[in-house]
Amino acid sequence: MNQMDLIELQPDETFVLNVGPQHPATHGVLRVKMTMDGEYIYDAETVLGYIHRMHEKMAENRTYAQYMPNMGRLDYLSAMAFNHGYALVVERACGIEVPERAEYIRVLTVELNRISSHLVWLGAFVLDLGGFTPLMYCFDDREYILDLLESITGSRLTYCYFRFGGLYNDIDEPFIEGTRRFVKRMYKELKMYAKLVTGNIILMKRLRGHGIIDQNMCQRYGATGPVARGSGINYDVRRNEPYSVYPELDFDIPVDDGCDSYARYLVRMEEMVQSLRIIEQILAKLPEGPINPAKKPKIIKPPPGDYYAAVETARGNFGIRLVSDGGKNAYRLKLRSPTYSNMHLFDEACRGMLIADALAFMGSLDLVIPEMDR
Amino acid sequence: MELSLLNAFIAVFIAIAFVGANAAYLVWWERKGAGFFQRRPGPTENGPWGLLQPPLDGIKLMTKQLLIPGGVDKAIFMVAPVLAMFPALVSFVTIPFSSSIQAHTIEVGVLLIFAFAALGSMSLLVAGWSSRNKYAMISSIRAVSQTVAYEIPLLITTITVVLIAGSLELSEIAAAQMGGIWNWYIWPFQKSAGFNIFMPISFMIMFICSVAETNRAPFDLGEAESELVAGFHTEYSSMGFGLFFMGEYANIVIGACLITILFLGGWACPFGDLGFFPFTHHVGWFLLKLYLIIFVFVWIRWTFPRTTIYGLLNLSWQYMIPLSLFNLLLTAALIKVFA
Amino acid sequence: MSILEKTIQAFAELFPEEAAATVAVDGTAEEQTEKDSEAEGPVVARDYATRGFHLDIGVAPDQLVRAAEILFALDYFIESITGVDWPKEKQIEAVYDFCRYDFDLCRVVVRTRTPRDEPRLPTITGIYTGANWHERETHDFFGVVFDGHPNLIPLLLPEDADFHPLLKDFTA
Repeated sequence: MNQMDLIELQPDETFVLNVGPQHPATHGVLRVKMTMDGEYIYDAETVLGYIHRMHEKMAENRTYAQYMPNMGRLDYLSAMAFNHGYALVVERACGIEVPERAEYIRVLTVELNRISSHLVWLGAFVLDLGGFTPLMYCFDDREYILDLLESITGSRLTYCYFRFGGLYNDIDEPFIEGTRRFVKRMYKELKMYAKLVTGNIILMKRLRGHGIIDQNMCQRYGATGPVARGSGINYDVRRNEPYSVYPELDFDIPVDDGCDSYARYLVRMEEMVQSLRIIEQILAKLPEGPINPAKKPKIIKPPPGDYYAAVETARGNFGIRLVSDGGKNAYRLKLRSPTYSNMHLFDEACRGMLIADALAFMGSLDLVIPEMDR
Repeated sequence: MELSLLNAFIAVFIAIAFVGANAAYLVWWERKGAGFFQRRPGPTENGPWGLLQPPLDGIKLMTKQLLIPGGVDKAIFMVAPVLAMFPALVSFVTIPFSSSIQAHTIEVGVLLIFAFAALGSMSLLVAGWSSRNKYAMISSIRAVSQTVAYEIPLLITTITVVLIAGSLELSEIAAAQMGGIWNWYIWPFQKSAGFNIFMPISFMIMFICSVAETNRAPFDLGEAESELVAGFHTEYSSMGFGLFFMGEYANIVIGACLITILFLGGWACPFGDLGFFPFTHHVGWFLLKLYLIIFVFVWIRWTFPRTTIYGLLNLSWQYMIPLSLFNLLLTAALIKVFA
Repeated sequence: MSILEKTIQAFAELFPEEAAATVAVDGTAEEQTEKDSEAEGPVVARDYATRGFHLDIGVAPDQLVRAAEILFALDYFIESITGVDWPKEKQIEAVYDFCRYDFDLCRVVVRTRTPRDEPRLPTITGIYTGANWHERETHDFFGVVFDGHPNLIPLLLPEDADFHPLLKDFTA
């Protein structure tokens, strides 16, 4: 019903609707130039770059350690995973060993951060659909995570917690206790969300069968994360390209082959449960020991060559390509951000959709604009 | 009641005051309700329980600059918010709050309310059209097609009730439901309705249509803020926006009043005529029912996500209109047979 | 046959005379003193543990589209396209990252070089639609012109930007 036949339209039969750069549904400064035929989208062109800060050039002017805080400024919702990616590539280049306890704490914080990121997405997504209340519940739950992470990292959003080879700070007993309480609470809350949101008839009607992304499209655009998994692609860097201690943990990768917005919704909801499982396991088998390696080079100087590391952030595959010339600064640092590719397919996929469905579809892609613009 | 100029003046004044106070304090009620549903306190800062919030909001809105964007159709742009508020005010004249409290008894009160409700959608149309904004334009087109789609089942359902009560006068419709909760038209197997078992469905249709007619969530497609920014009032600031806002709440009150009178017995006490107990037929019962219904409106708004425009129109044209037509015919036939 | 071998075999068509001889796993990263894939041959298997990718393929600019076609046929998806400026050699290197969705993990890096004073490369948007933004970004940052690109206007930089910030001689 929502797909109209794309007939040839004369230019005077359409009008251009400028969605953004200031628009409630774009969650930031993203602009989509939509050519509309009534309420149907005839063509769309995404315009990026409104908060482009040239992070990649900054990497060339800063030492490796100085560049770490930039990672929190890319994806402000899952900054921990970006920390992890950057630490991983530098450790790989310099051959720094990470102590086991540090690896476990890294995964613990990344998964907590993933839940908080998905909570923001859930709230904002249902807000895009016109339901305001889940946003408040989500932010209420997220507050617990932020408090927990603040107590060990010192910041609430733009974390700079990872160090090359280890961490800034060890976790303490109140943090562990608080996390245990949070996990218990979150299971209950997820049941409540299932009642409030998942089973809602209006939500299902608006999401089922809308915003179709097939596997070929994912491959052509390089979509990753829940967007790919919602299209039946079993791809998660944590499993496909194991890093850190993920191979030792027992968790599933939720995959749904619905290809529509509802499939992506279900995948993210299930991912929160899996993250909780990971957290529970880590709390159960957290080893004792140091959190920083005994020997670590004073000045980080990776040997010349190029290196790559990928991690799974809340939004997908975040890759860093580091080209080193042996100096104190990176010669070239490429940040491959997941939403950049995920958003790219919006232009093609939204053709022929109603504007209301297209914006719900955009919400299901889980955009974080600073990460796209870098 | 003899209609003198003074009488009419006082009546209209009270109606306006009632609408104004309601519109202002329904905002407070809505925000408190939203806070209740969202695990937060809602407004608390100004006055006890934030009770001073609405007048302060009003002052804020009035002292703001009324921006008129370049290139708009200025006269129509200015008229639209007045058009939104005015019909809601006038409709109150016909609403009977009890057997004695009614600004003016009009034999065709129901028709008057619907006539002015149609004028309300006119204000959305001209506001969207004159704003010179594509979002406002889309929104006003939506709002009008929505009002047209929902006025039809609303009217048909009202006619069903009018058939049963045998009058177009609101106070007589309410008076016909006196004598206890079992006499209200919401229940099936009313003797006066010819034992029609579909009356609850009629009530549901009436309720859904009122929500849609007043552009409330989940049918607030006219001002779908995640799609159309703010819909038809995107370009309005200051009291222009304030009037739209108050008009919306006044319309909610009217919708709830209609439901109360047509299906819930108006000011009738749910326990029948208890001769020894005062206040059995009192305006208090009316207001209680009224605010209960408004509370349900608020509840729905903060629970459901928004539908889409085609979903909304399909619901009306494919389900509500055939159902309400069927019920009208059935009621007419049953009344012919039994009553 | 692992996907790595399959990919190497598929690329043999591009490099008919050297294919068998040049495939060699390099040792550790330290042994490789200078990054020079030409000297090692076009297809190099890398040590995943130290480098983070498996296969390093150097192609000539006119082989780029064919290389993308081969990778698309082998179910690779595009991760990113970027450039590296080498002012000493007066070249800009374009780096294409590819990965696969299934558990046959194989990260492939395709490199090509183009003169620095007039960088031109063919577009691969015909095969990977998602290359569109990546190529526009590379055009923004390095000034590489992608022939046949449908919409080569600045993406992340302002519309009227005439500078290329990631060139080594760029000063703000």
